[in-house]
Amino acid sequence: MGAGHHHRIHRPGDSPVHRLPPQCKLLAAAAFAVVVVATPREYVAAFAVYAALLAVVAAVARVPPGFVLRRMVIEVPFVVFAVALPIVGLGERVEVAGLSLSVEGLWAGWNILAKATLGVVASVLLAATTEPRMLLLGAQRLRVPPLLVQIAMFMLRYMDVVLDEMRRMRVARESRGFVARDVRHIPVVARSAGALFIRSYERGERVHLAMLSRGYAGSMPIIQDLSASRGQWGVAGLLPGLALLVLGLWYVM
Amino acid sequence: MHVPDGFFNVAVSVSAGAVAAAGVAVCLRGARRELDDRTAPMAGLVSAFIFAVQMLNFPVALGTSGHLLGGALAAVLVGPYTAVLCLAVVLLVQGFFFADGGLTALGVNITLMGIVTVVVGWAVFRALTRILGGGRGAVVASSAVAALLSVPASALVFTLLFWLGGNAPIEVGAVAAAMGGVHVLIGIGEALITGATVSAVLAVRPDLVYGARGLAGPLLLRAADGTTSEVAPAAAAPARTGAARPGGFLLAGIVVTALLAGIASFYASSSPDGLERVAEDKGFGAVATDHALGEQPLADYGESGGIPVGVAGLIGVGVTLAVGGGLFFAVRRRGRRLAEGARGEERVDA
Repeated sequence: MGAGHHHRIHRPGDSPVHRLPPQCKLLAAAAFAVVVVATPREYVAAFAVYAALLAVVAAVARVPPGFVLRRMVIEVPFVVFAVALPIVGLGERVEVAGLSLSVEGLWAGWNILAKATLGVVASVLLAATTEPRMLLLGAQRLRVPPLLVQIAMFMLRYMDVVLDEMRRMRVARESRGFVARDVRHIPVVARSAGALFIRSYERGERVHLAMLSRGYAGSMPIIQDLSASRGQWGVAGLLPGLALLVLGLWYVM
Repeated sequence: MHVPDGFFNVAVSVSAGAVAAAGVAVCLRGARRELDDRTAPMAGLVSAFIFAVQMLNFPVALGTSGHLLGGALAAVLVGPYTAVLCLAVVLLVQGFFFADGGLTALGVNITLMGIVTVVVGWAVFRALTRILGGGRGAVVASSAVAALLSVPASALVFTLLFWLGGNAPIEVGAVAAAMGGVHVLIGIGEALITGATVSAVLAVRPDLVYGARGLAGPLLLRAADGTTSEVAPAAAAPARTGAARPGGFLLAGIVVTALLAGIASFYASSSPDGLERVAEDKGFGAVATDHALGEQPLADYGESGGIPVGVAGLIGVGVTLAVGGGLFFAVRRRGRRLAEGARGEERVDA
């Protein structure tokens, strides 16, 4: 994760997915994730359908597959864990290509891999089609405590500032030949963190005073109308709705 | 350590979500006392700081490196309530914008990395500064030990949740050993960085370190004629009003927890019933009940312990809430003592 990172997670566009109100998309993504997690792992076909649903959303939103793939790197540590599971897992074992693998471990590895991947792709699509600020306003409409939303908004605003500060300090360290190699270098890293805290906090105090002098009274004005029509809720509900339908088939059959 | 979707079953995810929501609700009230009208901007800034600091990789042992969790550091720098809020916001932003940590695992992540690290870190820090006194060295040492213990504590709670409803067939002992081992190492790194960071901030702006509030000397006014006079610090005033009615916050926390726990346990207990009904409707109830139970989300849970699924779910919810509630009670008492301490001991210590 580099500096200025969060500009690259949003892909501005004018697709039907981009135009949906943020609260609809937020709820749809969360509901979809819940349906995915609640799906029995033996129901392999369902995961293929879920993946197809997400592919349709990505196509409608004109988010290229390469973009989603690059953002999926975040998942790598758990992929490693999922791959290791069949080898270290307990229970009945099966021979595959000369390797003794645990059956239960294979299922568990598949379970984590499939569900985590679908969850990651859903969040990536949500973030790619929704401006971070709008996403937070949508959260506020969903009755998330306003103070929490405000903290998150200030965090997004300050993130670039703090990350830039950190990058400048790193450049300064490295231009003096510093490379963090072992434990002895921890004090240097820690002093940077301390300096970063003081610099950010002092800057925050200045910004807060500037805000007060411009009439800040504890809440930011909301200038957009974010109300969602019934139709928009319906469109957004398609993703979790269809997923739920697929899940329902398992119990009916 | 961000848990993705599908790692824990639905019951554990929902109950951890209830604990996280209750914790954040309590902290929303508490943070107003720590930061008053500056809450939103300053907490936002501290969140951005924690987000940045979590990217600082530090070398742990040969070839491996860890990154800061920042729970204990944030608690010492800005106070426990603000720290939980900041970490919760960081995890929310990471989950929704960076796909780091699953959306259904948000509750688990906030509980593990926000609440547990901060509560354990702050409890240890308060206990140690009480024993060692409030000197600068004591604050630095206490924050290092707090950080050292907070990381394995978080790993321990992870193991507990895994035992309750993890989706992987690994022995709990093995998980505990692996998680514990790695996180003791990470904890040592975290301790060194936290201690050194707190020490660096103390050296420049001791007033910014919440855990060292007792350290700040009173403001001395030196007049032109050589006389000096002390100005009584005004910082104790908000703490006093807050300490007067801690019961309200505790009550609110318990009510929220109980409400959410009700929803969670309803889910945990009603789900198998619904499934059994479907099974009976389809006429394979008697034959396939075991099989049907084995295929729904709570299954690993009931099978592993040999107890009915609904009961297992309820136990899971109960244990999770008891642990969360107990830790909260502990931190509330510490918070009250801190407020009293801030009133009682206005030491001059440079």
